[in-house]
Amino acid sequence: MNEALWALGRGTGVVSLALFTVSVLLGILNRSGRPLFALPRFSVALVHRNVALLATAFLAIHLVTLFGDSYAQLRLVDFVVPFLGAAKPFWLGLGTLAVDLMLAIVVTALLRGVIGVRVFKAVHWLTYLMWPVALLHSIGNGTDAGQAWFIAFAATCSIAVLSALGWRLSRGFVEYQNVRIGKAS
Amino acid sequence: MNLRAPDPRSAADPTVLLHIDWTKCDGRGLCTEILPELLARDEWGYPLSYGYGSNVPVPDRLLDAATDAVSLCPRQALTLIDR
Ligand code: SF4
Repeated sequence: MNEALWALGRGTGVVSLALFTVSVLLGILNRSGRPLFALPRFSVALVHRNVALLATAFLAIHLVTLFGDSYAQLRLVDFVVPFLGAAKPFWLGLGTLAVDLMLAIVVTALLRGVIGVRVFKAVHWLTYLMWPVALLHSIGNGTDAGQAWFIAFAATCSIAVLSALGWRLSRGFVEYQNVRIGKAS
Repeated sequence: MNLRAPDPRSAADPTVLLHIDWTKCDGRGLCTEILPELLARDEWGYPLSYGYGSNVPVPDRLLDAATDAVSLCPRQALTLIDR
């Protein structure tokens, strides 16, 4: 039973990170205001949201299964307050930090209509902190970190997010940007 | 208050208006995708409402789509106004 929980705990962590990566990519694409091939803009927005919620669900399973695991030695406080863990406190703490950030990001996103676009946006920016923190947690805490498949996975995610970020910061990122600022300049 | 907008009120018109707040709109084009019958895109990507300015009458059959547009607008620039 413990073996199964351990495998599930690790697996859901990896799936969650993969889904978060996809959601970050879709979020950046969404911000550019462009459709994704045949997928219209509003669908990009909806898929971005749904993939993030799915990632959150996997994250919840990740937490619950590892809570039941004796090797991880988790206490309830480790879900909320970072860097207090019994085993690998720093790397576990990064995971806790990512969970806290993720909760704030998801809740404010779902309540966007109530809290207003300014607060939503300010908190949503924290995603750029949450994603690398989560990645570092998976590398430092994950027992699969040395495996070839995990290295390939982590490298693929990193390259994808870094490229998207490069595009995000480039001129002409926003659709119509070149028209709006004037082609002559 | 947009005094220059043509008054969209007339007996045959629908009762719901889609209000576009231009100070918030960033021309991301989600609304023009969801409501192609109501909104076009101008050459800078902003919505264009075929002569209605900032308050576009929404026919009943497009009410659901208009509600979706309001909730999906990334800048929360759209509101529905009952009149
Ligand atoms: S969806 Fe919102 S921000 Fe985008 S063009 Fe329409 S009103 Fe403007």
